Amino acid sequence: MRRTALNSVHRALGAKMVEFGGWEMPVQYSGILSEHMAVRQSVGVFDIGHMGKIEIRGPQAAQLIDFVTTNAVPKLKIGQAHYTGLLYEHGGFVDDILVHKVADDDFFLCVNAANQEKDFEHICAHNRFDATVELTSDHYSQLAIQGPQARATLQKLTPVDLSAIKYYWFTDGEVAGVPARIAHTGYTGEDGFEIYFPPAESERIWTRVLEAGAEFGIKPCGLGARNTLRLEAKMVLYGHEIDASISPLEADLAWIVKFDKGEFVGREALLRQKEAGVRRKLTGFEMTGRPIARDGYEVQVNGVAAGWVTSGSPAPALNKNIGLCYLPAELARPGLAIQVIVRGQPADAMTVETPFYKRAK
Amino acid sequence: MYPENFRYTKEHEWVLMEGGIGTIGITDHAQQELGDIVYVDLPKPGTRVEQGRSMGSVESVKAVSDIYSPVSGEVAEINPALADAPEKLNEDPHGAAWLVKIKLSAPGELPDLMSAADYQAYIGAEK
Repeated sequence: MRRTALNSVHRALGAKMVEFGGWEMPVQYSGILSEHMAVRQSVGVFDIGHMGKIEIRGPQAAQLIDFVTTNAVPKLKIGQAHYTGLLYEHGGFVDDILVHKVADDDFFLCVNAANQEKDFEHICAHNRFDATVELTSDHYSQLAIQGPQARATLQKLTPVDLSAIKYYWFTDGEVAGVPARIAHTGYTGEDGFEIYFPPAESERIWTRVLEAGAEFGIKPCGLGARNTLRLEAKMVLYGHEIDASISPLEADLAWIVKFDKGEFVGREALLRQKEAGVRRKLTGFEMTGRPIARDGYEVQVNGVAAGWVTSGSPAPALNKNIGLCYLPAELARPGLAIQVIVRGQPADAMTVETPFYKRAK
Repeated sequence: MYPENFRYTKEHEWVLMEGGIGTIGITDHAQQELGDIVYVDLPKPGTRVEQGRSMGSVESVKAVSDIYSPVSGEVAEINPALADAPEKLNEDPHGAAWLVKIKLSAPGELPDLMSAADYQAYIGAEK
């Protein structure tokens, strides 16, 4: 199992460690509920050093990325990032990733830990451009500082004016005297930043972030809270809402597909799907009673199998049990009574508008 | 920490015998491993349960775990407090947050279960 540079720090904090995508990661420290609420109400810090990094450089770096992803790379400005899909020809996801434009000929990709080698090989296989592709995950540690007090926490550690970094923009600066890439991004539905820096400095930066956030009651947060936070915000997770068999149109991610940008891998399949109409669509639901839906549970409509739960959990900030599921497209609308089969018993639920949680701006 | 008068299972349940009735719960070790408990699914009174078979479940935010009955018999009573306050299982798993009371049909099964000392050695070795 692979370990991030902070593995021993997590153990010393009493974190419960689990295997995730080939990595040994903290799933919780004080408890998922309290960590979740710290991020919603104040600030939390996550070690996400397991995330993969791919760097693409060269005169045609932009063309390569535009060809292998669904979003429009020419629209990105230097210092801007966007969320996008890396697809197979048949329209299913290789991965969902973030692309940061560092310079006209220099791009920084943040990808899912378990997919990094696959992503790298996929991009290389389509590289008929004047561009170099490097898998550089080992060069970086990554922390996410998330929550309404994330900016106030991180601002103490950097001369960079964080209020000048717009959402989904980034800048290269320093954190605690260490060169760092500071991105106004996150996976929690809350305001926050993700920072990238050399692994050798991990322990020092982690400690400084906890010190800086102490006055706000900062909590170290594990993958458990990361999952419940992203689910409330209806952010998808590879292997759950999306995988090689699911297209962005089915996953309610049409907004990351820019058909008018020209040729890209998966475009033909998606166009066919768009014209014929998708068969199934990702839909949010709330449980009516106490049972909790879990990943993989069957969903029925009027007693007939109709789909499956991709993610299900209590929503700590909402005091409800929520989930995402795939339903036939004609049924995928809010206000439909469905049943989730919980250990053999149908449990009532209702489809709802998403995201489940939206922060007050 | 682990009461001497309880008997324990490898699946981290405990049973306290009083007359022919066994009070069943999950251990402190179990609640620690589970984390924040948010839902408890218990069998209805009158249900027949069998030693070592699942009779319900405990859910944390993250996962579902079966509750295996430490003894065979019939469910006589369930703890009514847990439906509204499953988090009590994190606070007092050996006391107020007992799960069910079972009228034993096979008291001869009890020696199969571990003593407090054996259970502590067991969870020590499991770590």
